[in-house]
Amino acid sequence: MDRHRPSLTGIRSAAPPTLALAFLGALVVWPIVAILVRSLGGVGSPRLAEILGRDAVWSVAGFTVFQAALSTVMTLALGFPVALGLARYELPGRRLIRSLVVVPFVLPTVVVAASFRAVFGAFGVFEQSLFAILAAHVFFNLAVVVRVLGGAWSRIDARQADAARVLGASSWQTFRRVTFPVLRGPLAASATIVFLFCFTSYGVILMLGGPTRATLETEIQRYAVFRQEFDVAAVLALLQMCVVALLAIAAGRWQRRAPAAGLSSARTLRRRRLPIDSGPSRVLGVMVLVIVGVVIVLPMVALVERSLRVGDGHGFDHFVRLAERSDVLPVSPLRALLHSLAFASVAAAIAVACAVVTARSIARGGRLGRLVGLVSLVPLGVSAVTLGFGYLVGFARFDLRRSLWLIPAAHAVIGLPFVLATIMPAITSIPERLRQAAAGLGASPREVTRRIERPIVRRAVLSGAGFAVAVSVGEFGATSFLARGASGFTAPLAVFRLLSRPGDTLRGQALALSVIIGLIVGSLALVLDRVGEAE
Amino acid sequence: MLHPDRDPSDRSPQAPLPPTIARRSRRLATACASVLAATACGGSELVASGPVTLTLVTHESFTVSDGIFDSFTAETGITVEVVGAGDAGEIVSRAVLSKGQPEGDVLFGIDNTFLQRGLDAEIFLAYESPMLASVPEALQLDPEHRVTPIDYGDVCVNYWIDALPGDPPTTLDDLAEPELASSFVTQNPETSSPGFAFLLATIARYGEDGWENYWQRLADGGVTVEAGWEGAYYGQFVAGGGDKALVTSYASSPVAEVVFADPPVDVAPTGVLTDSCFRQIEFAGILDGTEHAEQAGALIDFLLSEEFQADIPLNMFVVPANAEVELPPEFVEHGVTVENPLTLTPQEIEEHRSAWTERWTDIVLR
Repeated sequence: MDRHRPSLTGIRSAAPPTLALAFLGALVVWPIVAILVRSLGGVGSPRLAEILGRDAVWSVAGFTVFQAALSTVMTLALGFPVALGLARYELPGRRLIRSLVVVPFVLPTVVVAASFRAVFGAFGVFEQSLFAILAAHVFFNLAVVVRVLGGAWSRIDARQADAARVLGASSWQTFRRVTFPVLRGPLAASATIVFLFCFTSYGVILMLGGPTRATLETEIQRYAVFRQEFDVAAVLALLQMCVVALLAIAAGRWQRRAPAAGLSSARTLRRRRLPIDSGPSRVLGVMVLVIVGVVIVLPMVALVERSLRVGDGHGFDHFVRLAERSDVLPVSPLRALLHSLAFASVAAAIAVACAVVTARSIARGGRLGRLVGLVSLVPLGVSAVTLGFGYLVGFARFDLRRSLWLIPAAHAVIGLPFVLATIMPAITSIPERLRQAAAGLGASPREVTRRIERPIVRRAVLSGAGFAVAVSVGEFGATSFLARGASGFTAPLAVFRLLSRPGDTLRGQALALSVIIGLIVGSLALVLDRVGEAE
Repeated sequence: MLHPDRDPSDRSPQAPLPPTIARRSRRLATACASVLAATACGGSELVASGPVTLTLVTHESFTVSDGIFDSFTAETGITVEVVGAGDAGEIVSRAVLSKGQPEGDVLFGIDNTFLQRGLDAEIFLAYESPMLASVPEALQLDPEHRVTPIDYGDVCVNYWIDALPGDPPTTLDDLAEPELASSFVTQNPETSSPGFAFLLATIARYGEDGWENYWQRLADGGVTVEAGWEGAYYGQFVAGGGDKALVTSYASSPVAEVVFADPPVDVAPTGVLTDSCFRQIEFAGILDGTEHAEQAGALIDFLLSEEFQADIPLNMFVVPANAEVELPPEFVEHGVTVENPLTLTPQEIEEHRSAWTERWTDIVLR
């Protein structure tokens, strides 16, 4: 049988991205459409005009975009040197730092807010303020820049830059003309993700921003739950989606202007990292340590210290008690953690599979893949209320509302853009002619995948899988909207519930559980990194 | 994309369609069934109808002891599955959005601050439980019995005894004195259930004409506002290392401070300003659209039974509605009895909710 008949190959390459698109259609598009139709069904245009005519709506929308943009700029500014340092230099503790930055992803906002107060309050710079919001957003999102941008950076073929230097370019010119264009795609991808994450952040705004600050996300919650004016909530949700669409289009355009194949394949890559020996490299090294130390490590140390506080001393009492179910929880904290890890494995598997087929389709110029990429951004940019109530209304007839599978499926959907951004640079780094050459020499498509693609993308896939696990284990918003019994009770829900009642032992357990979650996901990231690098 | 065959009732609340014949006849059947059940009175018929699983939809603060439904299952053959999500406000939104296609058979946890909304949306089927004989009249807010009171609790200002600048306050007026107002942290009524209850307490006390002035005094005195209970209690209040001596919490919070103390303590470190208490009553109701209305009634009865009611206090830190059930010793020793809690009718609350919170926002946050 001739394996290279174009029609067959066409079907073969279109089928996986179609599946991914169907998955997103069922879990993103359909529920959102269902809830919007349900909420706006009988609403007339005068009412819509009245809602859109409110000054408050536009000032809230303005502040939402403003804080998200500022948070993104700050995260990029602080993440850029860290990404550069980790990707290009032989920094001490490089792997540890790469894993540490992932930990914030899984720490519950309630706990982080308290840690931020403890740390920065001690320096007297902490009031409920815009600064507090920005600091927390950098804390949560630094990993996106470090891993997505840094991952791409470490793949750049150093020979191009060397050649530019030899031809007389200054190091700034080399960066601007050679390195930066290659980084455009990953930069746009990470900026988009960070922006959307901050755009829809909920707990941070409420807990650290103080009661006078409102965003579209907090307003949707207020109108849908407290006031039950579903039409207003739906209009605000539509505004959110407009911003997501505009952003996706802008990012897509910016990315498309990037050179097609600037990245080199792993085989020709010069993996050598530069030693820290020159003045500038030392400055960079110190910067990385200071940024990570202040933004990431300090709040974590505060958290660990507080989790160990027992009465007037310190000890592991709260950790020991995690195996017991206290009255306020349906299952023990440890059990909830096991649930979380089970959901995370399923979610990561789905997210990675979707991301790989999507990235391959995009790399081959497929429109389907690009569409999946765009739709995958939607869950990040729409409110958890919209998605949660969407499942409620959209799946009413399928008897899916209470299915446990809904939890990992929703987690996979939310994790997909992170995984996609991580593996995209690796997949596009495989020159098409390499594939063609292999095929020309008689390799079957399967062999091409196994012998050529897999070794090159392995590390990025593992890194993306770690990301998906972190997103799933830390996910609170959407999960809290899914009705579930005790078997669907996850660790972040447990932390939240433990902190919703007075009592030192409950609070201690909440903090201890947070530390354990962070520890597990941090070590997993470390292991995956190691496995990925060992070739 | 598949489009599910939608029930006519699953439309916007603005344009409800008349119930179809099928729905009408189902309702009729349900009504007959409940009459039969009431007259024949008993679990034996229920067993005969084959094994049924009921879904109890509730908020995420719902916790019970393991195996609490075992005796109910043994007696009636009905298995109970508990699914929870969100808070008291959210479960009502969910029930209204999924009207006609409910997530379960019985909803537990709608409270008097959201009750009217649920009643107006017609999401419940009426059921008058024989167990109501043991429930005080004051808790039975719906004369049509579309909902049944299961428990109640009071939202009250708490204080950390050792951190007060002077004597403990005894009245709401004391709280507005500048030295106390400045060390008082409460919650935004639009994002927090206790925060809303405390606003209602002040409205119940000072009336439409006086509450705004009271809050002006609190604001001038420097009251702090947090979005949620956690931020107030564990962020600003002394309990979590903050410096505020007073916080809006629950009458049962001192009990929890003792039960979950580490190391164990004999006396609660916090006290309750009983003059500030607003009563929250939690109800259960049978969701319209259930196929097991008859069995759902049996579950409501069980929720009011002595066995279930006695399990409530130390799990959910609220007081059983069944007056014949004794409180556990921890509640008797460390809890306070609120003799005359403040209250407003569900109708008043629903009618003014948005106007009141908007005024509150103007006074306190702007």
